Amino acid sequence: MSLVVDLFSIVAIGAGVFFFLAGTVGLLRFPDALSRLHALTKADNLGLGLVVLGLLPRSDSLLAALKLVAIWALVQLASATAAQLVGRAVRCKGTAV
Amino acid sequence: MSVLQALDIGLAFLVFAVAAWTIFARGAFAATVGYVVYGLLLALVWIRLFAVDVALTEAAIGSGVTGVLLIGAAARLRAAETASDEKPLSGLTRVFAAALCVLVALALASVVLLLPDQGPSLAPLSMQKLPETGLGNPVTAVLIAYRAFDTMLEKVVLVLAVVGVWSLAADRYWGGAPGEARAASPEPTLAFLAQILAPLGVLVGIHVFWVGADEPGGAFQGGAILAAMWIIVMMARLTEAPQANAFWLRLALVAGPLVFLAAGAAGAIFAGNFFAYPPGFAKPAILFIEAFMVLSIAVTLPMLVAGPPRREPRQ
Repeated sequence: MSLVVDLFSIVAIGAGVFFFLAGTVGLLRFPDALSRLHALTKADNLGLGLVVLGLLPRSDSLLAALKLVAIWALVQLASATAAQLVGRAVRCKGTAV
Repeated sequence: MSVLQALDIGLAFLVFAVAAWTIFARGAFAATVGYVVYGLLLALVWIRLFAVDVALTEAAIGSGVTGVLLIGAAARLRAAETASDEKPLSGLTRVFAAALCVLVALALASVVLLLPDQGPSLAPLSMQKLPETGLGNPVTAVLIAYRAFDTMLEKVVLVLAVVGVWSLAADRYWGGAPGEARAASPEPTLAFLAQILAPLGVLVGIHVFWVGADEPGGAFQGGAILAAMWIIVMMARLTEAPQANAFWLRLALVAGPLVFLAAGAAGAIFAGNFFAYPPGFAKPAILFIEAFMVLSIAVTLPMLVAGPPRREPRQ
């Protein structure tokens, strides 16, 4: 049973790290601000979501697990807002920063 | 080398790299962003050093509130910055500045390297006396019991800082409201964030203050989180900063240091010493003082961010 849980954690966290890596590459390589934002929000959303999913079975208590999910939800809220604001700033300027 | 050690070394290099980037960044805004990232990385370093209280403070005040203050300053300095770029410093001034920086860095490094491996420590004594305070968190005990006078004076410094910021106002704006006026139709994205985050943040802020007696947390960190919530709501322009001459505002600003000082004076009467707590009554007294400090911090920091009054006071 513990082997299955370990495998689940490794696969989920590994996939999450892959999304962070891909998001970082996108941030560094994409040509304009809006595409870079797109790459970054995927890392925040899916990357962190998968890492949290992988950590859930390893948490000590239900409360700790709920805290992990709450962290993910709060990061979602913050990164979605920041992406909207940066996107709006780019559009108002009319140029790719 | 274990995985954790490798991560620690990587973290240390990252802190150095971001610090160097912050120094060499062109433009105040880029440097501020670097500084915020640097503060968050430093919070991770403190966690690795098992100093969770310091990590919370670094993230909330060192990186968060100071970051907002610096971004505001960078925005106000933008016009002056582009003007000053045209006349670079002379070669001699640069050499002199570099020499001074190297000298200070060398002096600091030599002091750190010459420290004895086992420095003098009051940690065993403070842990031994911890039960007498009724607290479980030695950091809170140091702040509010062992070194109460220092903490009280820190609060006074914060109030003085607000007075200093207000003093920058033009004469006709004295006592008026700082910051932007409340908007009839606030920016929808920020307003959405503020409406969802603020209730949660207030809950977390009070929780962090309350658990501070026994676990990492406390008045500073809790107050800073509450302050951040007020700053977000003001930034979204769902509400506007109160007038600087509002009596309740001034009362909230001084409530922390005032209650602290009054408790200290009461200690002189009831416990036999200035800033002493009566035996068996230490924890309630400490929590009472901390509650007013949370209030003062939660009001002081947003007032610092809001800046000097910019509108004429309504009578």
